[in-house]
Amino acid sequence: MPTKEKLIEMYRQILRIRHFEEKVYELYGQNLVPGTIHLYVGQEAVAAGVCANLRKDDYITSTHRGHGHCIAKGADLRKVMAEILGRKTGYCKGKGGSMHIADFSIGMLGATAVVGAGIPIAVGAGLSIRLRGTDQVVAGFFGDGASNQGTFHESINMAAIWSLPVIFVCENNLYAMGTRQSVVMKIENIADRAVAYGIPGVTVDGNDVLAVYEATEDAVDRARHGEGPTLIECKTYRHKGHSRFDPATYRPKAEVEEWLKKDPIPRFKAKLQEMQMLTKQEAEKLEQEVILAVEEAVKFGTESPFPAPEEALENVYA
Amino acid sequence: MRELTYRDALREALREEMVRDKTVFLLGEDIGRYWSGAFKVTKGLAEEFGDERVRDTPISESAIIGVAVGAAITGMRPVAEIMFGDLTTLAMDQICNQAAKICYMFGGQTTVPLVVRTPFGAGVNIASHHSQSLEAWFMHTPGLLVAAPSTPFDAKGLLKTAIRGNNPVMFFEHKLLYPIKGEVPEDDYTIPFGVADVKIEGEDATIFATLYMVHKALAAANELRKQGISVEVIDPKTLVPLDKQAIIKSVKKTGRIVIVTEDCKTAGVSAEVAAIVAEEALDYLDAPIKRVAEPDTPIPFSPPLEQFVIPNEKTIIKAVKEVL
Ligand SMILES: Cc1ncc(C[n+]2csc(CCOP(=O)(O)OP(=O)(O)O)c2C)c(N)n1
Ligand SMILES: [Mg+2]
Repeated sequence: MPTKEKLIEMYRQILRIRHFEEKVYELYGQNLVPGTIHLYVGQEAVAAGVCANLRKDDYITSTHRGHGHCIAKGADLRKVMAEILGRKTGYCKGKGGSMHIADFSIGMLGATAVVGAGIPIAVGAGLSIRLRGTDQVVAGFFGDGASNQGTFHESINMAAIWSLPVIFVCENNLYAMGTRQSVVMKIENIADRAVAYGIPGVTVDGNDVLAVYEATEDAVDRARHGEGPTLIECKTYRHKGHSRFDPATYRPKAEVEEWLKKDPIPRFKAKLQEMQMLTKQEAEKLEQEVILAVEEAVKFGTESPFPAPEEALENVYA
Repeated sequence: MRELTYRDALREALREEMVRDKTVFLLGEDIGRYWSGAFKVTKGLAEEFGDERVRDTPISESAIIGVAVGAAITGMRPVAEIMFGDLTTLAMDQICNQAAKICYMFGGQTTVPLVVRTPFGAGVNIASHHSQSLEAWFMHTPGLLVAAPSTPFDAKGLLKTAIRGNNPVMFFEHKLLYPIKGEVPEDDYTIPFGVADVKIEGEDATIFATLYMVHKALAAANELRKQGISVEVIDPKTLVPLDKQAIIKSVKKTGRIVIVTEDCKTAGVSAEVAAIVAEEALDYLDAPIKRVAEPDTPIPFSPPLEQFVIPNEKTIIKAVKEVL
């Protein structure tokens, strides 16, 4: 069981992600967010449970649905928001946007919008750890849809044969855009694929922070001790559509309602209270702090300048 | 005449070809009844033709094209959709080493009647992985044909030609073209590859433009006309084969050419067109060739950055004035 401090930290992270994402959604409605967005609402327990096991010098790779990964790894909300708003003060100076946030100072190796492209990059970071002889680990996040890319199979095999310190985190939210998992896979548990590469694979309730935490704890422990990679499948659900305009009508109402009941946040809060780790007052105070931090991020983002047009020409080469 | 959007014109071509020929089928990510394609081009087709002929695939671009190649060399006419042009990169081996070379490498024993439809283009703030224009890569691969329609009329007619032909065709659309409207006849028609259109005639300079840039070039030409400058606008419609004669003919007439494309300048489509003019019409030029293209950067996210790198009416007008 994680320490009280860890538990509260994870609760704080899921709240930070939830409030942040709801705010992005709101700003989107006010036409302040250019392009498109893929919100992490509903999946917070995965990023929080995984990243609570990582040190600052450990690595993660991320996806188009990556705000939550950044936040859980410890990114500055203000710079994440500024990037999403296309401002000069954002993590990538406005060049990346919502789908491409990176913060190398905390081991966040970047989000790619090419589905499945982050998986081998995570393995490469794992190889680098091996060659440099450190005890870091890397967690690579990707979706159920991504697990049908060749990169998933090629990468896990490589990490397996070289026993690299990689945790493959598959966030199975049951859909890839409008495509149900069952339309594109014969199996129910993606973690079963681990067998084919000779590594451990576990399926956990991705809406249960503790379940994700514990599975990752084992995987990180093995990775740090040179025992190789693990595939962790977290069953979860996105509360909103895939992106910007998606009303998600392809999902049965009953299914949506079922999953909304499994919302990770009230579940974890109830659990913490049941364990007498969090009083009502503490919970309220914590949430207020989070709300303020998100407000501050919005203020920072919206008040920041846009980059000058010619900055488009910078950074093409080192 | 009846007007259709570019999106609807494409759909009509797909639909009519599927009715006409049972071997025509579609495959791609989210093209079926649940999503109807990222840009809704295939809307209603799964309902009409069934999930067998309008096939939702896993997110596996390399296999999508490979599977289409396999079907194409064994009697079918697949039309594969790659959701964004940037993602053709995941299928480069199947496109450039397999589809493109099978006819040649196997001594002409078989053909690859395959169409790969995909949208290019920037302008909607979706950053470096969803906004590129990569036409030149495929022009550089012998064995592939490359179509790039700029209007609903061309979209329908060229897509029909692509589907009926026996060569692999890279069929490039542009995100910003899908909602534009234009006249499209109701009857069955095809448009030959390799025949450019003179969109408007002019005397003072030629603008060569492709895809969405055709519309920006036309807007620039209109503005220039008000200023007493008469510009001829040429749309090649297909890049392979490329209608060299149309370009040369126009240059002979105007003595000046501005080449406008949305891809990067270095080794881009514009470089090839400039080379053709330099090789075959140099003597007719009264001014150096001018290119208006993307500077050599990835497409950035933030609106001011993105707008800076995409050619626009102003940069086109400026370029025309520079060659006059
Ligand atoms: C290689 C590639 N193919 C297709 C797309 C378009 N696309 C973006 S997100 C997405 C679905 C991804 O599903 P999944 O991996 O399950 O992640 P989720 O969106 O559910 O988080 C698709 C098909 C893409 N960006 N990259
Ligand atoms: Mg998914």
